[in-house]
Amino acid sequence: MVGLFHSDIKNPVLRWIDTRLPILTMVQKEYGVFPTPKNFNYFWAFGGLAMVTLLIMIATGVVLAMAYTPNTTMAFDSVERIMRDVNYGWLLRYAHENGASMFFIVVYVHMFRGLYYGSYKNPRELLWILGVAIFLVMMATAFMGYVLPWGQMSFWAATVITNLFSAIPVVGEPIVQWLWGGFSVGNPTLNRFFSLHYLLPFVLFALVFLHVAALHITGSNNPLGIEPKGPQDTLPFHPYYTVKDSVAICVYFIVFALLVFFFPNYLGHADNYIPANPLLTPPHIVPDWYFLPYYAILRAVPSKLGGVALMFGAVLILFVVPWLDTSKVRSAKFRPIYRVFFWVLVISCVVLGVVGSQQPVGIWVPLGQVATAYYFFHFLLLMPVLGKLERTLPLPESISHAVLGGGPLPNGVAAKPMEKA
Amino acid sequence: MRTLRPTLIGAALLGAALLGAVVTAAPARAQEETEPSVNWSFSGLFGTFDRAAAQRGFQIYNQVCSNCHSLRQAYYRDLIGIGLSAQQVKDLAASKRFPALTEDGQPTDRPGLPSDHFRDPFPNELAARAANGGGLPPDLSVIVKAREGGPDYVYGILTGFIDAPAGFKLMPGLNYNKYFPGHQIAMPQPLRDATVTYIDGTSNALDQEARDVVTFLTYIANPELEERHRMGVKVVLFLLFLTGLSYAVKRKLWANVHH
Repeated sequence: MVGLFHSDIKNPVLRWIDTRLPILTMVQKEYGVFPTPKNFNYFWAFGGLAMVTLLIMIATGVVLAMAYTPNTTMAFDSVERIMRDVNYGWLLRYAHENGASMFFIVVYVHMFRGLYYGSYKNPRELLWILGVAIFLVMMATAFMGYVLPWGQMSFWAATVITNLFSAIPVVGEPIVQWLWGGFSVGNPTLNRFFSLHYLLPFVLFALVFLHVAALHITGSNNPLGIEPKGPQDTLPFHPYYTVKDSVAICVYFIVFALLVFFFPNYLGHADNYIPANPLLTPPHIVPDWYFLPYYAILRAVPSKLGGVALMFGAVLILFVVPWLDTSKVRSAKFRPIYRVFFWVLVISCVVLGVVGSQQPVGIWVPLGQVATAYYFFHFLLLMPVLGKLERTLPLPESISHAVLGGGPLPNGVAAKPMEKA
Repeated sequence: MRTLRPTLIGAALLGAALLGAVVTAAPARAQEETEPSVNWSFSGLFGTFDRAAAQRGFQIYNQVCSNCHSLRQAYYRDLIGIGLSAQQVKDLAASKRFPALTEDGQPTDRPGLPSDHFRDPFPNELAARAANGGGLPPDLSVIVKAREGGPDYVYGILTGFIDAPAGFKLMPGLNYNKYFPGHQIAMPQPLRDATVTYIDGTSNALDQEARDVVTFLTYIANPELEERHRMGVKVVLFLLFLTGLSYAVKRKLWANVHH
């Protein structure tokens, strides 16, 4: 459609802009009056929290890049210079470092929320797929960022992770050398990781834009998993959810601040304060905590190729979750059996995280194998079969119907103030 | 309450699960003996450096540690942060000689400046190894951050030198330390009772010396610590206030919504 936009905005300057580029009308439509289910709980704030974290990461990262030197002989010292000589460099660096952990905490909660309330089901499959793509790019970005300080864990994590590709038959070795830009992890590796670490967040940003755009086509899911039937079921996004999300952001910032100001190295690994030394392998190479479950899956089978395939499979399987889950009912609230298995999945992921942090000996080996087996069982077998067999609970007629207690209110009750969820 | 309870339980479970994952993810230390837990002046939300202890610690570094260990991320001017005067720092830096070039390009040396990094005890790694039986004394700039256990671990190493237990095979040139992983450490015991004499008359028992030098090294590793703690307290207080405010606004706004 070509032609000027008929704007409703009164202010002449804004109207002039909006007529030519209706971006203000768009913001008003998508973030102002956007009809949002009125029954969100605070788990629905985590998408917004992830967005906020991405912005913090980009802002701190851009400034850090001004003082960082991507050269194997200078990278470690340049990080120390940031910590000591750059104005508030310690704040930027600790916020960026812990921001990565906060990002993963928030995104993991966001993903488990989606799994619990069936947010990936028709018509939100593409929304979910874009989310998984965001997760993948995020993992790549985090991994490359971890390499940049060029400490012992940086170097050895880079070596271990890039070496995973050598498990691919025939083309594995050439791929690894291509990734390294040489015959071992070295200066070319660090240079390209820095370049990509700066690039990928903007790819993330574009993906997040698409994720949000797709969300605004389908509308949000909600804790009941039923579509809003009309205006009585929704609220305008602003001010209701802008304000509710503000509360969540404030609480989130408190946790973030406690970590940055008082326990900045708690989630890190001490060995990364030792400069990288290619001749000295640390006794125990571990990735950052947020990769530990995948690290456990990698080591669950005694074959390198098998481990690599399982590890990548564990992420890629998420892409097809909308079709693995055959249940028509979205919210686990109305799926008594699935609800139990959801928590088993959560527990098995936590167990995998713990197993990933341990040396692969003794009880940790079978424990990791059982948890890995459950992870794949949950998605590949349980979801399709349970969806067909489970007797779900009756769904409420509408969101407002459920809120009001499921029926016409008896006389005496209606006078009482409503309970707040 | 009907919808609140399961949500809360879910939130609590998920939170506990994530927290559990995070807590246990801190890798287990493969050490037979856990180092002593010392009550440091700089720990806790309001922790600050005990200036006198840090200055005594610097005296130990300067007289003992600096013979082998570099502190190359730190500057002489950093000592102002533990209470030395600008003039003291200037005099101290000037007492160290740094390699330099004359105007016609001949090697010479010059007195240090407060803006100089702490001078390395050895000109290069080979020289350091040659002087230490093949071992390389690690740089101490971030040593308390570079070891699991942090200050407690460094304190443990300094106080953990004992005679090897009967039957323990100690390799030649190595020393027994009860807190060092594997117990065999190349560094000979650096501090004993009365290794240094403090000008402020503080007891120079080993325990005190170890505490002091660890306080100094923790300052060198985290020169921003006091500013960080001060700012953190303000930031968290502000955020608590803002949380209360935004929650009040939220309650008022949602008061008439049945949800």
